Amino acid sequence: MSELIRTDASELGQLIASGQASSVEVTRAHFERIAQVDDDVHAFLALTEDAALAQAARVDERIAAGEKLGPLAGVPIAVKDLLCYTQAPTTASSRILEGWVPPYNSTVVNRLIDAGLVILGKTNLDEFAMGSSTETSAYGPTHNPWDLSRIPGGSGGGSAAALAAFMAPLAIGTDTGGSIRQPAAVTGTVGVKPTYGGVSRYGIIAMASSLDQCGPDARNVLDAALLHEVIAGYDPRDSTSINVPVPGVVEAARRADVKGLRIGVVKELGGEGYAPGVEKRVGEAIDALVAAGAELVEVSCPHFEQALAAYYLIMPAEVSSNLARYDGMRYGLRAGDDGTNSVENVMRLTRGKGFGTEAKRRIILGTYALSAGYYDAFYGSAQKMRTLIARDFAAAFEVCDVLVSPATPTTAFKIGEKVDDPLAMYKSDLCTIPANLAGIAAGSVPCGLADEDGLPVGFQVMAPALADDRIYLVAAALEHALEAKWGAPLWSRIPELSVSDKTSDKGDK
Amino acid sequence: MSDELMDYDEVLKRYEPVLGLEVHVELSTASKMWCGCPTTFGSEPNTHVCPVCLGLPGSLPVVNRKAVEAAIRIGLSLNCDIAKWCRFARKNYFYPDMPKDYQVSQYDEPLCFEGHVEVEVGGVAYDIPIERVHMEEDAGKLTHVGGLGRIQGADYSLLDYNRAGVPLMEIVTKTIHGTGTAAPQVARDYMEFLRDMVRALGVSHGRMERGNLRCDVNVSLMPIGSTELGIRSETKNVNSLKSVETTVRYEIMRQGAILSAGGRVKQETRHWNEAGFTSPGRSKETAEDYRYFPEPDLVPVAPDPAWVEELRASLPEHPSKRRARLQQTWGVTEREFGDVLAVEGALDLIAATVDAGCAPAAARKWWLTELARQANDLNVPLEDVNITPAQVAEVQALVDSGSLNDKLARAVIEGVLAGEGSPAEVVASRGLAVVSDTGALSAAVDAAIAANPDVAAKIRDGKVAAAGALIGDVMKAMRGQADAAAVRALIMEKLS
Repeated sequence: MSELIRTDASELGQLIASGQASSVEVTRAHFERIAQVDDDVHAFLALTEDAALAQAARVDERIAAGEKLGPLAGVPIAVKDLLCYTQAPTTASSRILEGWVPPYNSTVVNRLIDAGLVILGKTNLDEFAMGSSTETSAYGPTHNPWDLSRIPGGSGGGSAAALAAFMAPLAIGTDTGGSIRQPAAVTGTVGVKPTYGGVSRYGIIAMASSLDQCGPDARNVLDAALLHEVIAGYDPRDSTSINVPVPGVVEAARRADVKGLRIGVVKELGGEGYAPGVEKRVGEAIDALVAAGAELVEVSCPHFEQALAAYYLIMPAEVSSNLARYDGMRYGLRAGDDGTNSVENVMRLTRGKGFGTEAKRRIILGTYALSAGYYDAFYGSAQKMRTLIARDFAAAFEVCDVLVSPATPTTAFKIGEKVDDPLAMYKSDLCTIPANLAGIAAGSVPCGLADEDGLPVGFQVMAPALADDRIYLVAAALEHALEAKWGAPLWSRIPELSVSDKTSDKGDK
Repeated sequence: MSDELMDYDEVLKRYEPVLGLEVHVELSTASKMWCGCPTTFGSEPNTHVCPVCLGLPGSLPVVNRKAVEAAIRIGLSLNCDIAKWCRFARKNYFYPDMPKDYQVSQYDEPLCFEGHVEVEVGGVAYDIPIERVHMEEDAGKLTHVGGLGRIQGADYSLLDYNRAGVPLMEIVTKTIHGTGTAAPQVARDYMEFLRDMVRALGVSHGRMERGNLRCDVNVSLMPIGSTELGIRSETKNVNSLKSVETTVRYEIMRQGAILSAGGRVKQETRHWNEAGFTSPGRSKETAEDYRYFPEPDLVPVAPDPAWVEELRASLPEHPSKRRARLQQTWGVTEREFGDVLAVEGALDLIAATVDAGCAPAAARKWWLTELARQANDLNVPLEDVNITPAQVAEVQALVDSGSLNDKLARAVIEGVLAGEGSPAEVVASRGLAVVSDTGALSAAVDAAIAANPDVAAKIRDGKVAAAGALIGDVMKAMRGQADAAAVRALIMEKLS
């Protein structure tokens, strides 16, 4: 049994398809693992065991009946608690949505179910995906399986930790400023933010609509590509989804050939503020790619220096509007409804009680940035900066095929270390934010452990919009080169977690 | 009502009224602005809702192409320019009838802009400059229970989101100057113009009593000769033609009284009251800041110029222009035409009858007398009377060819209305054709002359009017199935 939880998703799919393992058996193994370790990790907010086992049994029946299903049919997956799913509450890790069960599924959830994947449950995140550590979750932080005293990244720390703790072979994340890539980096897993518009946002609780993008999390590059292919593609329910064929990501992950590929190193993403151990591993990764036949180009993206500032105006502006609907009138928490309060007061009390500090901070920032008299100076100039950053990318992609950088300036920090210092926390996303502002594709792939703390380092690959396949090409080539050097995948070095003797009768939390 | 009012004509001796009209048109598209829910009016509360129009977490809007098309057609009808590229914007404010606590609207990039239309009052044409036509979504409906029926003081409030997300077009005029004493009538006629226009375009039911058309009426006064605009009041959601007129009139008299007494008009939102006056709304201490910004969930609207031209080419004639054209081609007086307009639906039916080959005078006669009476007896709209314009034209053609006389024609119509079939079928089955066998007719005339020698003598002496008595006898003998003109001709021939 214990082998099943460490098996790649692609291989699990083959075992299930060929009848060597049943989906029910694979699913049970994962619930058992969750029961054993999740009290310490706290990756899941809700488990959907009944629905999962029913779906697994259905897949097993169809396979037994000789049906040919997709490569991930029967494989378990964890879903970030930002995606609407009718079988469990969808809370966005906020008190204001505590217990809210959506009456509809997000497009991504429907695609997972249609492809035969088995949803294990909903994973923890920073409240409304606002944070880089899961510490802003109203339901408590998730712990990094590499070191339980450290953060698993955020906002998608629950999904990344579920992978690193072998509670799921695949997970779904969303990325507004790095919420897929930064957790992947600090947990030694793979995470990709597709091109904006590549994956439907329908049914995913919005943080900042023009930046949000859903993407795959996995322990290896091919698994991420297989999942990417399942969830990507045009959705008429999302006007911003792009109606073009999905890039050949699986083919690229299998090909893993970077001969002649021009790799641009972004000068601005390094130096002061970057941990030496991070820079060292990233440098070696670049060397490995060059050894595999890639050409190296140094590029400058001067406006990246302003990316953080622009992001912290545009994102809160959209947040302030997107979070307005949580007013206690129709669903979720309602406070002060005792007949003594006006409707305005009920709204005020509900929002005061329901939102955490970080959500309030961003609502206030955004409200201010959009106010009459300040709009041009704040929101307006941030949008101009956004255009300049997109031009930096366009110019860089004239001379190279992909851009690379560290995914995060440092490795995982301690829980509690930055929680009272928002600016320090925001800097975790320094390398990842530019890709969101420009709407291009980017991913993080593990490139080793930092010398100083023995914690994982993420290597970021960025590709032009709609060229998501190049991320998989480079990431897979690097993965092959490094695994050949290490003799095993990086995840094999994740410390053993202490296993509680509970069995899988934990049920829905 | 506690306002001081000044005599209307007195006010206008000293001040010039300036108007600004913002009209919301609820479109009659089959589905809502951002989702597939129906727009049907009057259903059970909260039955036409889905995650999108309820603004549930995670839901996203998709633009209704038919609504954009309707907006462009409205814009073109108002002689507007159509934007090559424009965006939606979010108007942010908290209110329970708005599921997302923002309204998706348009801000500085409206779809249609810079138009103008003309309305005529008492033979004078007034130019109404149009600033913009933009697209937005309607909100849900709040019903306040208890208290005065307003949100303040209510025991509780009920929400119906069936209307949430129904497409709305907002048509905004620039300031309208130079209307003088005609201001109330100009405002009313402009509303009527819009109502008739949206109906002719088929983009809205245009029923003001249902709120399909609602007008925010802005009125201010400036001293005659001045160029500086006065402070305006804005009366919200005025929902009948008459109320638009009365609102303007009332505000002129109210503001005139304030200004003449040396006071200052308060810039405020006012409510329209059915009793014929306006009253102050909730006064806002600070101006609302809606924090507009481009809606990131929607892509820009960039209508293909070829499509816009296609829409322009297929615009229907505006009702007021059509009326003028019909009056002229039918050659009728203002008064006669007024009789047509007075009967709901008569204009279209008469026009269709004329199109089917009937003379305008005959078409008017049938629809305004025989058929109007029938509609009245059955208490149905004229258009629901059981005869088509083509059938009316067919009956008249039989009259024109001499196959039917007036009396028989009425009998044929009676048969058609009774469901006996087409006019030709009724003529055949009831045997109503005029007898054109000259032998039988000639014999009947001879018999009539023989039976009335004194009358015949009078006619021979030139007293032609006496022929009527003979014609009556002949018609009686023929059981009405003769053409009176032919009978007369035969009598004259025989007695000449």
